[in-house]
Amino acid sequence: MAYRVKILRGSGTEKSTWQTFLTEQSEESSVASVLEELNSRAELRDMGGALAAPITWECACLEKKCGACAMVICGKPRLACACRLKDVLRHGEITLEPLRKFPRLRDLQVDRQKMFDQLGEMELWLENKADLGDEKRRNLHYQAASCLMCGLCLEVCPNCTPKGAFAGALSAVAAFRAFDQSAPGEHREEMRRAYTEHFFKDCAKSLSCQDVCPMKLPVEQLLVKTNAAAIWRRGEKKR
Amino acid sequence: MKPVIIIGAGISGLTAAITLAQRGQRSILVSSMPSERAQSVMAEGGINAALDTKGEGDSAQEHFADTLHAGCDLADPNAVRALTEGAGEIVLWLASLGVAFNRTEKGTLDLRCFGGQKKKRTAFAQSSTGKQIASALIQETRKWEAKGHIVRMNHHSVQKIAINEQKECTGCIIKDYYTNCCQFLQGNVLLASGGLNGFFGKTTGTTQNTGAATAVAFAAGAACANLEMIQYHPTTTPISGKRALISEAARGEGGRLFVRRHGEKWYFMEEKYPELKNLMPRDVVSRESVMACEATGEKNVWLDMTGIDGRVFEKKLSDLRTFCLEFLNIDPQKAYVPVYPGIHYFMGGLYVDAAHRTTVPGLYAAGECACQYHGANRLGGNSLLGAAFGGKRAAETILKGALEVECADELVLKEYEGALREIEKRTQAVSCKAIEQKLVACMKECMGIRRCEETLAEGAATLRGLQRMLETGKDASVLPVDQQLLLERVHLAQAMVESARERKESRGAQWRSDYPARDDEHFRKTTVARRNGEETTIAFEEIPKEGQPWHIA
Repeated sequence: MAYRVKILRGSGTEKSTWQTFLTEQSEESSVASVLEELNSRAELRDMGGALAAPITWECACLEKKCGACAMVICGKPRLACACRLKDVLRHGEITLEPLRKFPRLRDLQVDRQKMFDQLGEMELWLENKADLGDEKRRNLHYQAASCLMCGLCLEVCPNCTPKGAFAGALSAVAAFRAFDQSAPGEHREEMRRAYTEHFFKDCAKSLSCQDVCPMKLPVEQLLVKTNAAAIWRRGEKKR
Repeated sequence: MKPVIIIGAGISGLTAAITLAQRGQRSILVSSMPSERAQSVMAEGGINAALDTKGEGDSAQEHFADTLHAGCDLADPNAVRALTEGAGEIVLWLASLGVAFNRTEKGTLDLRCFGGQKKKRTAFAQSSTGKQIASALIQETRKWEAKGHIVRMNHHSVQKIAINEQKECTGCIIKDYYTNCCQFLQGNVLLASGGLNGFFGKTTGTTQNTGAATAVAFAAGAACANLEMIQYHPTTTPISGKRALISEAARGEGGRLFVRRHGEKWYFMEEKYPELKNLMPRDVVSRESVMACEATGEKNVWLDMTGIDGRVFEKKLSDLRTFCLEFLNIDPQKAYVPVYPGIHYFMGGLYVDAAHRTTVPGLYAAGECACQYHGANRLGGNSLLGAAFGGKRAAETILKGALEVECADELVLKEYEGALREIEKRTQAVSCKAIEQKLVACMKECMGIRRCEETLAEGAATLRGLQRMLETGKDASVLPVDQQLLLERVHLAQAMVESARERKESRGAQWRSDYPARDDEHFRKTTVARRNGEETTIAFEEIPKEGQPWHIA
């Protein structure tokens, strides 16, 4: 059975257009393998028979370990590798759009550099040997370090805008690790200031980030703990 | 010194950049995607170091002996000595950066069993060790970026290694994926670009590991070694669009392999290898798996994890279980997982000495793109170690004495573009997409887990045909720089096939049906491929003896 794959295409700030392709892939296939199959064709033609340029999108691991293939699938931000056709097909059709909180480069490819820059602006690193803590804390460090930096949490966040300073859940997750493993001191004070500016003052706790996270990270728990450490200075004396 | 140009931002490249930054040396970290997307994050099982926290009397000496033995005596013992003696320091350094390694109740690093090793030696962070290490290194790199010591260019690929008349490396030409513009970066170049996965289509690795960086270094005159040594991991499983790895940790924690024979479960590894059982080195397990399937007419082996304790799953294998549930719809605590050997790791690569110098002055290589430490077969747990240790070692070599070369930037780009203009003049149309698909099909066919002269010769002929098409035709739909890159990859593929043809024996990952025996007299040597223009030659060179380190001049 053939399904329709409707893709929002275009470059940079130019006007977007929808283009629809037919695929014969099984409904067990991931959206990523549907895109790969379309691009592997000797000649890619759309449903109307018009010749089309290959679809630009990003992927690397294809098994939910790298976060590259984030896009909006049937209206919901997801990873294309971890989303099977049968999970999203509606009336034999799927729609694919680029993430909207980042500058579009081409088709489904966006520039997510802002995420990385903001973690740098927030000075999220250690100036001391990591304080690894007990098993409970280590388990949370592990979970926080599992963040794929895919950007899905920014896509759904009502407080995150393409040009704003708010750095979203991924920054609170990265901040958890940096705060929980760092020692009190000048650098920690810098991180506190930056965390307030880039996260705490604008997070309205809608927690849509937690629902969308492909790694199912306990975002709420992590950001509550980061707030406790960064804003309320909890746990500083103990260590 | 000018900034060092590091190609590849996985664990090896990050470690090198941090090591340089700690000593005040700047670097430019060039990668096709940010570090979070590097293949390193896919490494699962762990990292080896004889820390002996289990009180088994383990030592660096035993780690050294196991590594050489598993590598079937092809590895450089001087390099392996340094690796195994430096392993503990690397793991403790990573812990100090915040890696959440599993620990025992006493708080010491927990260690697990891994293939080819009788003692517990593999430190781990559940079953996502690579991801956890990468996250800590990325955080540390961020610090040095802010201080201006590291500059990232993370949507760029290397297109050419620039060489002067003295055959020294003067820098490299890179292309911005976003704009398609090329630029020349001057300085010493360290390749940390990972394995040659892209020659085989979908492997357990990423789509970004095309092998192009190794191919351009080979084109620039850097020799490659042991290219035929390609690890088929015994437990890979098909998911939509690719083969995925089931970590060796599954067997390290008690998983068992069987095939169905007359309706019964045949635990073939346990029957044949009563001592190490399912934890023999990977080359052995893969060969036995293929033979067990052939003997029974079965299509795949089964991995039985049903005997593993629930708490072990929770504390040590949680990600592996989640993966099986989500991607295979199998609960490994209740049902068996179908597995079969699949391409996983490249022991061969750029020929480097123990200090990670390639045969081209000013050009260095570390991590999977380099041929170092693993000989004919890599031990599980030694890849993360080799990546981090190699990156550090390469950076230290550069700090000790980098090559200072001057060259005119503009001239390099002009020459490069001039050479490519020739492509644009051609009239015969070719399709790079079709050629790449043929390249992959050809490599899968002739460089399979079991090889013979007949299919290797056919493969070589096919590759010659692809080479000619790329040399005489033009694909108007791709940039000339990218057509040229594909041609360089075809040349490297030819060197891989010729290396497998010339090694007329079976050893480690090289399994020849026409030469089934190991032949130490002729082939306990390094296979060295050299390219001079259109010609590639294969030679077998002596392996350095312990205590007599071999230095590339």
